[in-house]
Amino acid sequence: MAIQTSKSGQTSKFGQTGKSSQTSQSGLLFSGSDWDFKTLSRAYEAIEAIAIEELHLDIYPVQMEIISSQQMLDAYSSVGMPLMYRHWSFGKHFLYQELLYRKGGRGLAYELVINSNPCIVYLMEENTMALQALVTAHAALGHNHFFKNNHLFRQWTDASAILSYLDFAKGYIARCEERHGVAAVEAILDAAHALMEQGVFRYRRPPKLSSERQREGVRERLEYEERSYNDLWRTLPRSKDGTKASGTDLGIAERKKTLNLPEENLLYFLEKNSLVLEPWQREIIRIVRVVAQYFYPQRQTQVMNEGCATFVHYTLMNMLFDRGLISEGAMLEILRNHSNVIFQPGFDDPRFSGINPYALGLDMMQDIQRISTEPTAEDRDWFPDFAGNGNWRETLLDAWANHRDESFIRQYLSPALMRKWRFFILADAASEPHYEVASIHNERGYEKIRAGLAQSYDIGASRPDIQVVDVDLLGDRQLRLEHKVKNGIMLEEASRDAALRHIRTLWGYEVSLAAIDAQTGGTLNERSTSQIGE
Amino acid sequence: MPIFVDRRLNPKDKSLGNRQRFLKRAREELKRSIRDRIRTGKIADVDSEHAVSMPARGTGEPSFSDAKDSGRRQHILPGNKHFAPGDRVPKPGQGGGGSSPGKTVSEDEFRFVLSREEVLDLFFEDLELPDMVKLNLKEILSFKPRRAGFAATGSPTNINVGRTMRNSHGRRIALRRPKQEELDAIAEQLAILEAEPQSAAPARQRIAALREELERLERRRKRIAYVDPVDIRFNRFDAQPVPNANAVMFCLMDVSGSMGEREKDLAKRFFVLLHLFLKRRYDRTEIVFIRHTHEAQEVDEETFFYNTQSGGTVVSTALEEMHRIIAQRYPSNEWNIYAAQASDGDNFVTDSERCIGLMDGQIMRLCQYFAYVEIIDERESHIFGTTDNGTSLWRAYSVVNQRWPNFQMSRIANAADIYPVFRQLFARQPVLQKSA
Repeated sequence: MAIQTSKSGQTSKFGQTGKSSQTSQSGLLFSGSDWDFKTLSRAYEAIEAIAIEELHLDIYPVQMEIISSQQMLDAYSSVGMPLMYRHWSFGKHFLYQELLYRKGGRGLAYELVINSNPCIVYLMEENTMALQALVTAHAALGHNHFFKNNHLFRQWTDASAILSYLDFAKGYIARCEERHGVAAVEAILDAAHALMEQGVFRYRRPPKLSSERQREGVRERLEYEERSYNDLWRTLPRSKDGTKASGTDLGIAERKKTLNLPEENLLYFLEKNSLVLEPWQREIIRIVRVVAQYFYPQRQTQVMNEGCATFVHYTLMNMLFDRGLISEGAMLEILRNHSNVIFQPGFDDPRFSGINPYALGLDMMQDIQRISTEPTAEDRDWFPDFAGNGNWRETLLDAWANHRDESFIRQYLSPALMRKWRFFILADAASEPHYEVASIHNERGYEKIRAGLAQSYDIGASRPDIQVVDVDLLGDRQLRLEHKVKNGIMLEEASRDAALRHIRTLWGYEVSLAAIDAQTGGTLNERSTSQIGE
Repeated sequence: MPIFVDRRLNPKDKSLGNRQRFLKRAREELKRSIRDRIRTGKIADVDSEHAVSMPARGTGEPSFSDAKDSGRRQHILPGNKHFAPGDRVPKPGQGGGGSSPGKTVSEDEFRFVLSREEVLDLFFEDLELPDMVKLNLKEILSFKPRRAGFAATGSPTNINVGRTMRNSHGRRIALRRPKQEELDAIAEQLAILEAEPQSAAPARQRIAALREELERLERRRKRIAYVDPVDIRFNRFDAQPVPNANAVMFCLMDVSGSMGEREKDLAKRFFVLLHLFLKRRYDRTEIVFIRHTHEAQEVDEETFFYNTQSGGTVVSTALEEMHRIIAQRYPSNEWNIYAAQASDGDNFVTDSERCIGLMDGQIMRLCQYFAYVEIIDERESHIFGTTDNGTSLWRAYSVVNQRWPNFQMSRIANAADIYPVFRQLFARQPVLQKSA
């Protein structure tokens, strides 16, 4: 076991209590609520062994870090990453989280896990040993397996490069602040943060994070270009056969082709094509874009990710208990915390705040387990390909690897579970003074509820779809954006105008946003920065 | 096999920088919030923490988001009890933010706490106080170390030699540490015996016995130290606040119709600042509010700032009232009396003479310091400049000003003008502290 402490002299203190030898005699992994590094390590090893042998999990190596509540709050406010560049908005989030925590409005998470290789798991120092075991199973095995095997994470994020990239980003932005002033850097970051949602590639795979050396090369080249810039070249007469026909349709089509339009990733487009940005400003936009892209898969797999981790910890803890490795008292504490985590009040309960992804995920995965081992006739009807196959492990591993929330629900939500949750659909038209119950959990409603629920987890469909459609770089340079309006849902006006102003900052010229009805193709309204004012 | 890293010892407050950036960004809004608090709150409350709500301007994080009040959407909810398809459910009341069930408090609506330091920073900002003054006002209290018995631990400079030696002596007696004289006596005896020519066996035995005794005593002396660490005592010091007497601060203000919102706001900031000064120097400061029109009365803070009263302006009534209260409650040998008067300068001409008389005759004798501020329109400020020409009260007080060094008067057109009034008051401070 490797115990690494950040200050020397601590190492000797841990792992020499008499208690641990007693517990190993009785066969328990731990007793009492205090933890030390030796017990943590032994618990981890026992849990990992069972996880690999019984659930066939496949994980990144684990690095466990013990942190205090203050540090957990810090991590909360920097979007859960161990290092992050500086920005006032993180200070605002910190104040907010701190306030909630101080007032007891919200407890802190017991753990925080980072999709990196090695997988970093933060454990809170206040946790009891039973809780540490639970959290180890949840994060170090459940989440870890999901990160390593789910296709979204495999394709879209680069677990081994993220930490070094963030380190670079933090340093780069600090250097920019020194050279160009905090205010200038902040202006770019504010604008880029406003477009984070529109700063991801939803459909094509983003280019791999270039390695440190390549980035260094790019930067050196930029610096060289800055140094060797000579204004004289600008004064040379242009060649006569330059493109004049910019007004024709052919010209527009040609222009769109060269700029790769339409483009859904606004930040990418601005970074590459803005005429007013300096190289360092482009690099900052790129940093924000990379961070947004990194979190995109996580947002698409909330139910699955939490469900997988919850299923894993619940199954593993029960197995440990069955083998007599955990005492009844500890198991009781674990179950109490477990049931708090998966608490799901009904829609009319004052505590209701949406569907709890832990609860839904766990229920669906346990349902899969049930269907593959003891299916009913209905299940055989709905899930012919795996009902009764008896191999729930492989079925689950396959689901974890190949789905995101939307497709997972669309494939695996069973009528039995819909009845258990008593799902129903409430149709909400803004023009009506009342909701209408559209479907309930009955024979006619199952398909609709399943499709509706899946739809609500489809980020691509639920976020405003805004794209760059046209810009005439040789003409008025007005950047034309298009918002595809689905089901008549418009943009919130105040924040739309503010966001457009931010785009103007980055683009430097006029920006206009047209709302286009997705069904009819008609223009609903058009807003341009010249109408907004400063 | 996992790697463990103990991060608990890492530097904390990683978010401090971000918090400061946020406050800087929200500065204008926070200042406005503090100013509102000063306008509506109590004078003594400025010197504490403040809860402020999240400023809306400048700290928004806009993004493209769907408008809640348009279009058609579906909510998929758990926990159906009795609904059947086609049932209609009325939407929750208008203005409740409506269409999405289970809404949570938005992040932009929360309140957070500014520390005392941050509040004072914001308060001082447009008063243009010199930095040294700001620092001085922000300091909590001055302490002076006082002897307070003895302690077994401390720094070497604080060793109390007398006490240490007494302990050492007691211990030496208790443990029967051989004295130097005993050793000397035996050595002398030994020398005498050894000096004698070779003699009988008894003499040799005696010499051997004496040698042994000498050795034993020397060993004992080595084991029992002369001064042992357990003997050492240190002088103990307690940090005691510098004894300050009581102070009372009289706030006098003209509340006749001519004093508008702006005038009252400036006056209030002037009173707040004086209170901060006094609070730093005295353990206990009380505030007495006297308002006057053509008659004066003592009122509470609320009434002082917010109730208007109609009537003429007779300043001397306030001075008489002040004199009466001093005589009744604040004997000048027990209390340091400070007075601050704010007015727009209007007064009956005949009354001004009376004011001079009162000030000269009674009040200035009792007061440590009397500050008069005349709140004028910003447009007038450059007309009046520093001329002695002015309102009737100004001219009257100019006379007082020449006679009494502890009288201070100034015209205030905006917040930055307030501090100069206190300059003299502050300049005296270091001297006072030394003498305390």
